[in-house]
Amino acid sequence: MLKNIEPSKIYSITSKAPKYVFYIFLIILSIGLLEALILSPKDYIQSHSVRIMYVHVPSAWLSLGIFSVIGILSIIILIFKNKNLSLITKSLAPSGFVFSIIALVTGSIWGKPTWGSWWAWDPRIVSMLILGLFYLMYLISWRIFENKSYASNVTSIIAIFGMINLPIIKYSVVWWNTLHQPASVNLLSGSSIHHSMLVPLAIMTAAFALFSILIFLMKYNTELIKIKNKGLNRL
Amino acid sequence: MVGKKVKLRIIFLSTFLILLILSLFLILKSLEDEIVYFITPTEIKDLTELDKKKIRVGGMVKEGSIKANSENINFIITDFKNEITVSFTGAIPNLFAEGKGVVAEGVLRDRNYLISKKILAKHDENYIPPEVKEALENK
Repeated sequence: MLKNIEPSKIYSITSKAPKYVFYIFLIILSIGLLEALILSPKDYIQSHSVRIMYVHVPSAWLSLGIFSVIGILSIIILIFKNKNLSLITKSLAPSGFVFSIIALVTGSIWGKPTWGSWWAWDPRIVSMLILGLFYLMYLISWRIFENKSYASNVTSIIAIFGMINLPIIKYSVVWWNTLHQPASVNLLSGSSIHHSMLVPLAIMTAAFALFSILIFLMKYNTELIKIKNKGLNRL
Repeated sequence: MVGKKVKLRIIFLSTFLILLILSLFLILKSLEDEIVYFITPTEIKDLTELDKKKIRVGGMVKEGSIKANSENINFIITDFKNEITVSFTGAIPNLFAEGKGVVAEGVLRDRNYLISKKILAKHDENYIPPEVKEALENK
């Protein structure tokens, strides 16, 4: 599976993509920011601080989503010893890490005016911090281990460990009493966010997702160039 | 089609995952009292013994219960089954209001009275523009 694809062939496609992704990202981001900061209404109780949501929630969603992808791919990597896939997981991690940090920082900034505290030892917040630390561990272990196949194994195991944390983040607000409010958006039962606020949220999520794809492609291309320079025509 | 080694790795990983989930479940289950951010007034009624440890109580601020004087603010936290009176001194978060969620941190004097120096406002998952909220209330 995917084992005999030549890096140079993939590279001929992925090297052109970032430019286009970047332009689409810029357009979507400007529309999203315009909607989020100016056009969308304030909240009846939180007033303008509700606007932090348009950065906080997409970041949190994406950091969880990216880690899920890394975790699932890691299982396949360990079972089929597929090195092509480990290039993908390695390139996905940086943007996921950045988004987990953004979610924590914006959450803190949002917590002060609404809850009255920068930080709380709340299950949702702590499990999100653990996700950030897993990302950090994952990224560092790619640098620590010189032997590529060994690094691929270790990072995959870290990703699988970290994946167990994802349902805890998602359901922490359901299982325990938390300061953090329960989920507002549910794919099955609709959302408790008014549609005038849901639109900017969706656009910002799309913009952040495009940013992740952009960073992923740039990182992935770098990895492919590294392989090319070593004179290998396949992994 | 699937090699023997691959099969073994699948079995190994599945066992590993099941073990991981089970052990984590047991740990979280046994630590439940430590993980929750606050307890409810009903849970305080059911406490077997009171100690001088700091606890957090959460629930709704009862309508019409906030009474402020020069030194402190008194209000009632309710979970619609039981209530607890809170005596609070300190800065109030912006979203603190009657009928809204709150978490008060402090020491219990008895099962019905909490002396608190820190309160946090809890907010719900609803996000509504002010005009829409007004329209909803007028219905």
